Amino acid sequence: MTDVAGTPILQAPVAEGAGDQHMVLNMGPQHPSTHGVLRLVLEIDGEIVVRLYPEIGYLHTGIEKTCEAKFYQQVVPLTDRINYLDPLSNNLCYCLAVEKLLELEAPEKAQWLRVVLAELSRLNSHLVWLGTHAMDIGALTVFLYTFREREDILRIFEAVAGQRMMTSYIRIGGLSMEPPLDFFSRVQAFIKSFPEKIDEYSNLLTGNPIFRNRLKGVGYLSPADAIALGVTGPPLRASGVDFDLRRDMPYSGYEKFPFHVPISTDGDCWARYEVRLVEMRESVKIIQQALDGMPEGPVKADAPKIVLPDREKMKTQMEALIHHFKIVTEGFAVPAGEVYQGIEAGHGQTGYYVVSDGTAKPYRVHMRYPSFATLQALETMCRGRMLADVVAVIGSIDIVLGEIDR
Amino acid sequence: MNQTTPLTGKAAVLEGLADHPAVKAIVAWNPQALTDAKFDRNELTLTIAAEQIRAATATMQAAGYNFFEDMTAVDWYPASPRFQLSYHILSHSYKEHIRLRVLLEEAEPTVDSITPVWPSADYYEREVFDLFGIRFDGHPNLRRIMMPDDWQGHPLRKDYPVEGYR
Repeated sequence: MTDVAGTPILQAPVAEGAGDQHMVLNMGPQHPSTHGVLRLVLEIDGEIVVRLYPEIGYLHTGIEKTCEAKFYQQVVPLTDRINYLDPLSNNLCYCLAVEKLLELEAPEKAQWLRVVLAELSRLNSHLVWLGTHAMDIGALTVFLYTFREREDILRIFEAVAGQRMMTSYIRIGGLSMEPPLDFFSRVQAFIKSFPEKIDEYSNLLTGNPIFRNRLKGVGYLSPADAIALGVTGPPLRASGVDFDLRRDMPYSGYEKFPFHVPISTDGDCWARYEVRLVEMRESVKIIQQALDGMPEGPVKADAPKIVLPDREKMKTQMEALIHHFKIVTEGFAVPAGEVYQGIEAGHGQTGYYVVSDGTAKPYRVHMRYPSFATLQALETMCRGRMLADVVAVIGSIDIVLGEIDR
Repeated sequence: MNQTTPLTGKAAVLEGLADHPAVKAIVAWNPQALTDAKFDRNELTLTIAAEQIRAATATMQAAGYNFFEDMTAVDWYPASPRFQLSYHILSHSYKEHIRLRVLLEEAEPTVDSITPVWPSADYYEREVFDLFGIRFDGHPNLRRIMMPDDWQGHPLRKDYPVEGYR
């Protein structure tokens, strides 16, 4: 087979190398434990995985292309749909990148609220991971428990943004609006009870011999391999590399919140499980600190040509009405340049690369999403192990196909 | 690295950021390979001659920029050179990003693959090949990754329409 320019396109390497003794097995894209539409082509010798080859692209929607046809502010809702389990981190990363281009800083209260929301979003992502990971391995109960708490988080998101999953609450220059009056008491009530809930999950899983045996020593990834294969986030820290963008390259005021970055040197699925459990506890601490020290002030930057005015002002002030009309119909011009902004999202390092040519539409938006890179390490983790371990390893690296295919 | 004033041009960056570890490493390795440089919004961009990119990334890796984070392309159609490749490299020890930039002509958009330096560049190069039609010499498996294998055209090129039938 050749492509348009006549260059030969290679076939999947697995198909070429399959010897007489080996069987090629297709897993997915409709397999329940592949967390979406991941397709794996496996070459197996009996039950031992010899080679593994992920085939992706089933969820490719061309979001990067779509971004180029939208105004800067219209890209925010698109970002929600990429990693639908961690929507506020996507919003945050995109907005930080554009704010860097504009050299505009969100007000302090907006930054602190962003931290609260990003951490809640991380908890949301980790809860889905824990529920589905345990379910893949056969511990069905935990799923019901984690989704109970996830529901609480989604209700908080619904209260602030009007949407449970596709929040689009973080906007360029701040937040879309003030949070509702009972927001702080609701978050406080949630984080007060949440550490007990983590104990509950831990009671169900940590001492469970089946869960332990399925994860201990499975899917080992050495620190050197983790770096070479582009693994980030909890799997990287579970392999013993002590790096967390929130602490090491802080953004949105994270430098104000002391917290502990859990690491483990075991590098197996169990280490990833433990690291994420501790991370959930640390998120609770960050949220508590942010609630305690929440500054007063506006949640939108004072930049009338970029940030939409309040509804009330629009009805009473001519200027505000004009600015609103201009932003909605023409967008706002962003100075030419290119920026890369990385943040630590639930799954790992997310990065937005935004190139501006000085107009109101981004010239190029590229998203670096952690699952895309982490998937490259799957073969290293699964090679030489049983087929059933593949399911445990996929669960432990916590992939979201929406962010792999974009 | 606390510098905030923008610097444009190779000479200005070599002078203004002479102590920067990435700049020092490039100067020690091969200053001729550096064709342009920029320091803007606290981000260092080094433009590298296309044929030197693999050696440049290896130099950066040796200089402490140990983590390949991201790579993508920008299509400056109809300008020439048409394509820009942006490599984002992170240092766990210096705690900062740098950007290596390569410019490619439309006629022969081919560049050396950096997968021998960082295996993690594999998917990123496949993605750029798929969506921009840029080829990477020495890549172990340069196939389309997002689009179907028999797809015609490269969707992220600027002369490819956003909507409607092609």
